[in-house]
Amino acid sequence: MDELLELLKRNALETPENLGKMLGLSADEVRKRIAEYEKRGVIRGYQAVINEDVLELDRVNAVIEVKITPERRGGFDRIARRICRFPEVQSAYLMSGAYDLLLFVSGRNLKEVATFVSEKLATIEGVVSTATHFMLKTYKQYGLMMESEDEYERLKVSP
Amino acid sequence: MSTRGLKSHRSPVAEHVLSIPRSGIRDFFDIVSQREDVISLSIGEPDFDAPWHVREAAIFALEKGATHYTSNRGLLRLREAISRYVERNFGVHYDPETEILVTVGVSEAVDLALRAILSPGDEVIYHEPAYVSYAPLTVIAHGRPRAVVTRMEDRFQLKPDAVRRQVSERTKALLLNFPNNPTGAELSVDDLQAIARVAAEEDLIVITDEIYAELTYDAAHTSIASLPGMKERTIFLHGFSKGWAMTGFRIGYACGPADLIEAMMKIHQYSMLCAPVLGQEAAIEALLDGLRDVEEMRSEYRRRRNLLLQSFEQMGLKCVTPRGAFYSFPYIGELGMSSRDFALRLLEEESVAVVPGTAFGACGEGFVRCAFATAMEEIQEATERMAAFVERYRKAGV
Repeated sequence: MDELLELLKRNALETPENLGKMLGLSADEVRKRIAEYEKRGVIRGYQAVINEDVLELDRVNAVIEVKITPERRGGFDRIARRICRFPEVQSAYLMSGAYDLLLFVSGRNLKEVATFVSEKLATIEGVVSTATHFMLKTYKQYGLMMESEDEYERLKVSP
Repeated sequence: MSTRGLKSHRSPVAEHVLSIPRSGIRDFFDIVSQREDVISLSIGEPDFDAPWHVREAAIFALEKGATHYTSNRGLLRLREAISRYVERNFGVHYDPETEILVTVGVSEAVDLALRAILSPGDEVIYHEPAYVSYAPLTVIAHGRPRAVVTRMEDRFQLKPDAVRRQVSERTKALLLNFPNNPTGAELSVDDLQAIARVAAEEDLIVITDEIYAELTYDAAHTSIASLPGMKERTIFLHGFSKGWAMTGFRIGYACGPADLIEAMMKIHQYSMLCAPVLGQEAAIEALLDGLRDVEEMRSEYRRRRNLLLQSFEQMGLKCVTPRGAFYSFPYIGELGMSSRDFALRLLEEESVAVVPGTAFGACGEGFVRCAFATAMEEIQEATERMAAFVERYRKAGV
């Protein structure tokens, strides 16, 4: 992967000036490349990684395993796209193994998610079964630990 | 002194130990550590913690009961892994049974090598600016250090002719450190070959501290030990501290001719017994499965180096591009103050710590060492503060 993308993945707020210095490019060149990636649809957006656990929001997250019947034309894609249109669905993946789709769904409370599953998701034609698991605590997201540990002390000057 | 009941005319400390100075870095550390909120570019170790799988291997070993002495030479499994690694990456084969010694960091290995080869009065040629331990360890081994100066004009590379000029009847060894702390210099293969010829013609033992060998940014590293005829007269020193970010594990190693390694082992067995077993277990894991970690850290260091260099350029400070290690050595002599004053004022006024070049030898005057083994954000902040500082003194000076 382009080093520029790796750096943006790590910190999307890094300025084009600094990115340029690290990569040996001008800031304008960095801006141009980012714009191209956005246009090509390689960069899909920019988001903050938030530890929602500390905000005490009225919100629950669930992982849902979905089995679906693939269609003669389109395989899993048509049903998957349909499921993805629901704003409750945060992420969706086609999986190998015991089920087909893995969904990350969020709602205000258990009931809301349960209703989404029983009334919206399970009733879609082609959905064979669902299994819902509620998340209790987030330890790590997108490569970031959700709790800061005290840093082990490093000498300020060393040879 | 008399309160100790010793003969009053005698110092309790040996004369040759009295004669060596405390490390200039240590001095500066005492000043820096009194202050809070300092951004430090003066740290000579990776900011990364050791890779998790390496730490986990040490934990697993501890659970299994790895709490005992090992062979004086180090665990055979580790020596075998070192032998394979050195052969693959440096192109020299060493017999794990007789030609490899595991030490407590390269620091101990340098000490052992010098003590093993020097008779009182023998001279050791090394190059300055240099890592702080070479001259003092030579003195402790009753040898005489002879510095050859490397210059910014030569990109801090050691010139073969300068080595030859320093050779005397008593010269026993040549001590090399490339990639170099504090300048980041690497030797060209041509210079390396010419230096090897000098060593062969003058019958010198070469002690080569290649602790930064994995951290090169523009070209792969070549070891002098791999040149024709050099294995027989070279003690190759390497370890895990820098490339694998394992400084606290304290594991280094020496590879060389069996008779020299045997001599070093004798000193090691009486003074140290063996390197710590947990460090050795962690080092095995690092060699078996740690190369990707090294690669990732190297990429990050390279980006930081680029950022630092660009920042120096914008400040109008001359700086030789570091080819390896994680140090830059910018020239600050044009600002009309000594290295020490620069470092002290920068600390005082901007809370940024850099090491005065004179900590690495008198020829380091006019330079400061800025390490890039610190998080990118801190380097960015430090360079902004440094730029303001330089700007201020440029205006005041002109």
